[in-house]
Amino acid sequence: MQISIPVTKEKTSASQAHLTEPVAVRLLLIALALGFLSLFLFVPLAAVFAQAFEKGAGAYLAAISEPEALAAIKLTLLAAGISVPLNLVFGVAAAWTIAKFDFPGKSLLVTLNDLPFSISPVISGLIFVLIFGLHGWVGEWLFEHDIEVLFAVPAIVLATVFVTFPFVARELIPLMQSQGKDEEEAALVLGAGGFTTFFRVTLPNIKWGVLYGVILCNARAMGEFGAVSVVSGHIRGLTNTVPLHVEILYNEYNFAAAFAVASLLALLALLTVGLKSLTEWRMRQQMSSE
Amino acid sequence: MFQTSRRKNIIPGFGLTFGYTVLYLSIIVLIPLSAIFISTASLSWQGFWTAVSSPRVVASYRLTFGASLVAALVNAVFGLLTAWVLVRYRLPGKRIIDALVDLPFALPTAVAGITLASVYAPQGWIGRFLEPVGIKVAYTPLGVVVAMIFIGLPFVVRTVQPVLEELEKDVEEAAACLGANRLQTFTRVIFPALFPSLLTGFALAFARGVGEYGSIIFIAGNMPMVSEITPLLIITKLEQYDYAGATAIAAVMLAASFLVLLTVNIIQWWSRQYTER
Amino acid sequence: MSIEIRNISKSFNGFQALGNVDLTVPSGELVALLGPSGSGKTTLLRIIAGLEFADQGSILFDGQEATRHNAKERQVGFVFQHYALFRHMTVFQNVAFGLEVKPKKERPSKAEIRDKVHELLRLVQLDNLAGRYPAQLSGGQRQRVALARALAVEPSVLLLDEPFGALDARVRQELRQWLRDLHDEIHVTSVFVTHDQEEALEVADRVVVMNRGQIEQQGTPEEVYEHPANPFVFNFLGKVNLFHGRVHDGQLHSGDSSHVAAEHSTASNAPAVGYVRSHDIEIGKTAWDDSSVPAQVRAITKIGPLVRIDLAHLETGEAIQAELTREVVQELSLVKGDHVFLRPRKMSVFVGDYQI
Repeated sequence: MQISIPVTKEKTSASQAHLTEPVAVRLLLIALALGFLSLFLFVPLAAVFAQAFEKGAGAYLAAISEPEALAAIKLTLLAAGISVPLNLVFGVAAAWTIAKFDFPGKSLLVTLNDLPFSISPVISGLIFVLIFGLHGWVGEWLFEHDIEVLFAVPAIVLATVFVTFPFVARELIPLMQSQGKDEEEAALVLGAGGFTTFFRVTLPNIKWGVLYGVILCNARAMGEFGAVSVVSGHIRGLTNTVPLHVEILYNEYNFAAAFAVASLLALLALLTVGLKSLTEWRMRQQMSSE
Repeated sequence: MFQTSRRKNIIPGFGLTFGYTVLYLSIIVLIPLSAIFISTASLSWQGFWTAVSSPRVVASYRLTFGASLVAALVNAVFGLLTAWVLVRYRLPGKRIIDALVDLPFALPTAVAGITLASVYAPQGWIGRFLEPVGIKVAYTPLGVVVAMIFIGLPFVVRTVQPVLEELEKDVEEAAACLGANRLQTFTRVIFPALFPSLLTGFALAFARGVGEYGSIIFIAGNMPMVSEITPLLIITKLEQYDYAGATAIAAVMLAASFLVLLTVNIIQWWSRQYTER
Repeated sequence: MSIEIRNISKSFNGFQALGNVDLTVPSGELVALLGPSGSGKTTLLRIIAGLEFADQGSILFDGQEATRHNAKERQVGFVFQHYALFRHMTVFQNVAFGLEVKPKKERPSKAEIRDKVHELLRLVQLDNLAGRYPAQLSGGQRQRVALARALAVEPSVLLLDEPFGALDARVRQELRQWLRDLHDEIHVTSVFVTHDQEEALEVADRVVVMNRGQIEQQGTPEEVYEHPANPFVFNFLGKVNLFHGRVHDGQLHSGDSSHVAAEHSTASNAPAVGYVRSHDIEIGKTAWDDSSVPAQVRAITKIGPLVRIDLAHLETGEAIQAELTREVVQELSLVKGDHVFLRPRKMSVFVGDYQI
């Protein structure tokens, strides 16, 4: 990567030496930062794709289209497809309650909302083992009635919902708090009903925030590994999500296939950060135009 | 105050949204989470203590917390540096670099894990340069640190960056007018202003490192007493159907992460004293 | 220390902020740079401070070349519009900062610094608040801390950017007088930027009126107020009424009235505008002479001790505002709708179609 410090155009700020660092220091700092990012970010990212295609495009396509891979993709889509809408509805409701009303215990509610973030994914999975496992709270009852939760799809979905729980609410609460409630009050005074007010006044104001939360929520839902790993039971073709499938391929030393499937997730991650910075840009635009 | 503000509030939907929020929070998070505490409470003190203090478990704490601390420190230094470069300097492709800083948030941990393991393996892209100088990363405690640096990388950058962006230029000009050189301006004016956010980012990166599982297990080698992290031990106990042991260790980790969460809240409360005008 | 500014120009991205500005600030004076926003006054101040650098021209401090010196080297005191206090430092630490960052050999001892800071805090009447943080102070107090901090390094020049801009009206009034007194006490060469003409006229020894990157006029407050050099200055320094007409043989003819314009004795039938301040308009029930203008009272508004009369020029329809004392209005027993005559007590005539 070529780095150029435009010396001519920055002549004014170059003479403002008291407000920036000497060119040599600037170059050193940039080099250090880029070196750090390269070691921990850029090189690994490039490596995913390089290794995915190590054995050629044919092997790549075969790896991502074998039945077990397709089953894993299907399960991942299902888990995300359930948890994202659930947490979206919750996020909007929670943000509405927290941003538009005052009530005692509000800050406790905000803190509790963030709980799943501060818990190790392994513990998130463990919770569901403790509840639905054979020795768990309802394990015996479930076993007697022949209902499979743990080591089956329901537990995978539940664990995914748990770990992705805060994403939408986290984005919307500060956004809606900063917007206040003047516009909603104006709409209500003008005679609009509650739902009309929400859909015609509130939603247009928070739509980028909603999208932002959904993108992050979805990325985590599709990529969750620890919690799902604990509750899945690793049954090929049945309870393997895409990340779990990657793990199995890797542990079987089938590296090219592992990276091929991993590259799908890496693409999703790239798409996520791309969309994230796009929505951030739109949010900034919306803010500055107000 | 609560009474008056609610009476004056004409916005509808409090009952519905508040009720739903509390209900959903309880079903998805609070009730399941209480399983840990109830299960822990049902352990005997003796059993609990044996489970959380066996040498192998203690070794895993040392590795998990020690490596998280080192990784968070590295991230504090380089995260601050990265935020500084992204905010203050012009360089080509800055927007792309800026977006990619979020990659560790978005990249599934399993993908990060296998990638880091292969890149830092002795024959890997980076590992092959470290091997000759005697640095072994993959399958050692150092590998654990590398994985934790990766996953904690965005935290410091993203907490420091907005504060740095909003730092008023005139404060730096004032320092210059008063005769401070650039280094003095940084250490005495800019750094103290960034410090609370840096501390927050550090604590978040630390907490994330402590709980991390997916990206570490591939690169760590997972040797008991050497490179085995605590979350992996929980899974090992589960696979041995030692639910009590797994729960006890989980309780210790939960307590630690709540402590960190509390610390972050205190830092934010403390820093707000300066910033609110 | 005197400041000499020679032929300074500065543009930002093609916008000319200053064009060939010359200015001399004599040692020990308090000078106001007065102008609307975008007039270049702040840019000029920042160039004097060394916070910006001119594209061309030079700056001399006491006759010494200082053009390429940066802010750190110039040793000026700068007070920022929004104070720019260091939030994480107490009032004491803020004021001490400039002394503490001095190189070791120049740095005073801890005890000297303490004495100096307390002396300054006494000067700005904030000695009892030394331990507070900026967030705990009022706007006026913050401004005084900023001033004490700037003075701590014993600058040879004190520069203030809109020093009272962010304060409410009453505090602003107090601080103005206080700044004037302070300057009389310490006599440091000072330049302050303001867009408030009252502030400039009240506080400064000299007023420099700026517009569009140029100096329109400079002089004592009296000179610029009583003898504005051009319509811009006239207009910017207070409320003004316009009488459009033609000037011929030293007389401005506007409608049926004519007014003395001695300075334009050579002009012949040239388009011109007469400028009259609101308080320079006399109102009477009958005409005095041919300088009287027939008008109708549109509105009467009492503003404190004064009364503002809005009138319409009966010949041209132009709106005219007059300011009279309550007594005069009572004597005339004016009511809305009255037909009256008005007469400019003092008029400045400028030839040509000036756009303001």
